[in-house]
Amino acid sequence: MIAEIGLAALWLAAALAALQLFAGALALKQGEGAEGNEDGHFAQLVRPAAITQALLAALAFVMLLWCFAITDLSVKLVVTNSHSMKPMLYKLTGTWGNHEGSMLLWVAVMALSGGLIAWLERRLPVRTMLATLATQGFVALGFYAFLILSSNPFERLPVPAPEGQGLNPLLQDIGLALHPPTLYIGYVGLSVAFSFALGALLTRQVTPEFARVMRPWVLGAWVFLTLGITAGSYWAYYELGWGGYWFWDPVENASLMPWLAATALLHSTSVLAARDALRTWTIMLGVVAFSMSMLGTFLVRSGVLTSVHAFAVDPERGSFILVLLALYIGGALTIFALRAHSISEGKRFAVSSRESALVFNNVMLSAILGVVLLGTLYPLLTEAFDVRVSVGPPYFNPVSAIFAVPMFLVMAVGPLLRWREDKPARVQIQLIVVSSAILGVLALVAVLGDYSLLATIGLALAVGLAIAAFLPLRGRRLTRVPLATWGMVLAHFGVAISLFGMASESAFTKERLAAMVAGESVSVADWQITLDGVDPIAGPNWTAMEARISASRGSAEPVAVTPQARTFWAPFQATSESALLTRWDGQLYAVLGDSAGVDAEGMQRWQVRVWWKPFVTFIWYGGLLISLGGALAIIGRLSADLKRRKAARRGAERRNEARALAAEMKEELV
Amino acid sequence: MRWTLWIPLALFLFFLGVAGYQLTQPKDDTIPSQMVEKPLPEFELPAAVETMPGASRGDFIGGKPKLLNIWASWCLPCIAEAKQLEVLEKQGVEIIGIAIRDKPADVATFLERYGNPYTRIGADDISQLMLDLGASGVPETYVIDAQGTITYQHIGDIRLEHIPLLLEKLEEAAQ
Amino acid sequence: MMRAMFASVALIAMPLAAPGAAQDSMPPAPYAYKQLEDPVLEAQAKELMATLRCLTCQSQTIADSDAPMAGDMRHQVRSRIAAGQSPAQVREWLRASYGDYVSYEPEVSATTWPLFLIPLVFLFTVGLILWRRLRRGSAPEGDQA
Repeated sequence: MIAEIGLAALWLAAALAALQLFAGALALKQGEGAEGNEDGHFAQLVRPAAITQALLAALAFVMLLWCFAITDLSVKLVVTNSHSMKPMLYKLTGTWGNHEGSMLLWVAVMALSGGLIAWLERRLPVRTMLATLATQGFVALGFYAFLILSSNPFERLPVPAPEGQGLNPLLQDIGLALHPPTLYIGYVGLSVAFSFALGALLTRQVTPEFARVMRPWVLGAWVFLTLGITAGSYWAYYELGWGGYWFWDPVENASLMPWLAATALLHSTSVLAARDALRTWTIMLGVVAFSMSMLGTFLVRSGVLTSVHAFAVDPERGSFILVLLALYIGGALTIFALRAHSISEGKRFAVSSRESALVFNNVMLSAILGVVLLGTLYPLLTEAFDVRVSVGPPYFNPVSAIFAVPMFLVMAVGPLLRWREDKPARVQIQLIVVSSAILGVLALVAVLGDYSLLATIGLALAVGLAIAAFLPLRGRRLTRVPLATWGMVLAHFGVAISLFGMASESAFTKERLAAMVAGESVSVADWQITLDGVDPIAGPNWTAMEARISASRGSAEPVAVTPQARTFWAPFQATSESALLTRWDGQLYAVLGDSAGVDAEGMQRWQVRVWWKPFVTFIWYGGLLISLGGALAIIGRLSADLKRRKAARRGAERRNEARALAAEMKEELV
Repeated sequence: MRWTLWIPLALFLFFLGVAGYQLTQPKDDTIPSQMVEKPLPEFELPAAVETMPGASRGDFIGGKPKLLNIWASWCLPCIAEAKQLEVLEKQGVEIIGIAIRDKPADVATFLERYGNPYTRIGADDISQLMLDLGASGVPETYVIDAQGTITYQHIGDIRLEHIPLLLEKLEEAAQ
Repeated sequence: MMRAMFASVALIAMPLAAPGAAQDSMPPAPYAYKQLEDPVLEAQAKELMATLRCLTCQSQTIADSDAPMAGDMRHQVRSRIAAGQSPAQVREWLRASYGDYVSYEPEVSATTWPLFLIPLVFLFTVGLILWRRLRRGSAPEGDQA
């Protein structure tokens, strides 16, 4: 029954999405809502449809969760992705650890966002709102069709299976359990931004008010994308067993591209909200950001590109996603091409101003996005001509740095400048401080050792940016600084911290590979590593060889670390569990490899890999800071907005009262 | 109307075309060797089993064109391929095997169980020849002519339907 | 095509038909898991390995893979560099047998020139956009498309 309820809810939600689309479109066509109310024949249907659709989609997802929780082995998806012996947590997370379930999660979150907008959002002109919700219905309808027609998560088996086939062991990890939904929420946030952008474009209402309405969604999407990428990168780091945290793999790029677009969109939205400029550019970025999340989904699930990150790939599903992509993005870009010329771009900027710095950042981010997109898709293009090429870190790092380095430099200065027009002389001291910090570190690193150019520049920029991040607070009463400004400061500081982590990891990492017998010691950096022994151990659904290693730094007491080489049996798979020892200034990373035969005395030898990675954790601390900054900015913007609206309402009330009083007095006089 | 506004759509349509085309194409994961038409690299590999001689480049020079078969006892498709190699051997084709990362005992067991179509088997314990040949997996089979030039690469296990093709390639190499 | 790739089982959810049977049991090549004594040469080797594709893995470099063939490739890289070859020579040797695909560092060639030309176009476009938007001296106010 549970699965059938879920499926029925899904169908009903799809029908309501269709209603939302057609009622919205017809309302717009009939000219309803022009007077600013939603009493029109069709217009009145749109919001209730969106809200009900949200509830139904959520219900469908809860039903699927339920199927997984009780391991209902008559449901095909449960059989192929779960196992009755699995811990409860991973039964639940297994719900979205597969194609169908993750798509259902996606539409459920999307429907909930649409419902939330329909329920609460009252700032935009009625017609823009109708167009936005209709677009949202259109996007949702495509996903419902995808789910119901080609990826039904509730499909029953003719005969229930005796036991499930288990979940990919790599997914039985809390980090990875949370990483995909975080990214999906980010993608969905961008779909909301897309709907707003199209709504504004269709009704030609690209206004600062529209920017303010869209901004929390973009910020929210961006916060979740940042968290998702951070979590994914950390997961790859400790799970893949070689200490790498970013490989420029297609799947990684697929998550980076929406983030780059969202970052640009976020900043251009600020310009639109504050200065009523960059109108078409913002709309374009809204479309691009969502395209990138759809494109990512396509690349990841169609299997057209090979990736280190496992996904069940299926060309048929790939075709479906490609059709959706063509409809959404092709449609949006056509409307853009037809409409955008009627929207003026807005004011031009003085070179020395906040908005010009933001434009610079936007253009550079877009260029980096272009580079990543090019490098990711290029192998796809050449394969059409039967030529196989590889594009990897040696391409992406330097080429994106061409655009990233100037962007970081401007990023240090931009927040110090005022809107409209500013004199560079006003921020002279700050400029001197930041540039001397950058040059100082550059010189220091160059003197200290022979490090790669990019790492050296990265270290210098990171220090400069970290100082610059706090300069906007200079001379202000900290208690009076708006929350949104704190958000910006933290986010920019987070970028500096991340950059520092990356540069430091690349420049200062020490590696030690060794074949060791029990009792043997090796050293890496200032650590002394002793292999005490290797023993077999067993977990709930795996067995493993576990190394007992004691690691001591300098004269400090040794600390025990226990890296494992695990073997799962349902399904069969080997994974390596690295052991991490975190210190404030870096991480010790130890991995147990295969047995390496016996030594001269017949003692068993084991492959052990150890790295000391100075400040590597800063990469992810930075990611967390960026997200925190984003979250503060959302809270700050929303509360400021609420306050402003309250004040406006009170003002209006007061005016009405005064008018009523005046009328009364007039009456009395008469 | 400004033409620049159409650029994003044009780029997108181009991408759609390429992606759509690629979806219709079967995913080809093979990595063809760049050594075809080039001379077989110099090598000298010790015997993989005591009962048979090892292999070197010199063994391919002169006489008829030969097959160089990269295989291993731990490789499952190699079991499936063994029958086809026997057929080729019966047709008078000389096959020189290269056992990849294999132990003599395992090689011997494999030959006993699935037949021995080889005249020589060299042991490539560290994939040296494999890398020189541009082979990216096991099994792979190369046609080598009497001058020691690689004329054809077959990637993957040899199925029944591949036998005529291989014979034809050997024929071509003989001319 | 059914073929015994030295699949890096740690990374892809590829259920093996007979667990264990498709793994060879030979010890890895000497320099697969052993660093060169000379730190300068090892650094060179390391940098090169991080840019070579493991041919039997799904999109990994040989520096990040436990696949046996990646180990053998690491051995070749280290021993060739120890023997005095330059990283460029080693890369060239692999490109000679596997083609461009083996190297993550694309070089300008008949098939890869757009990878280098298009970023230049970006650079030009970026300059153009900035120049048009932020022309010094132009009135900062007034609507212009």
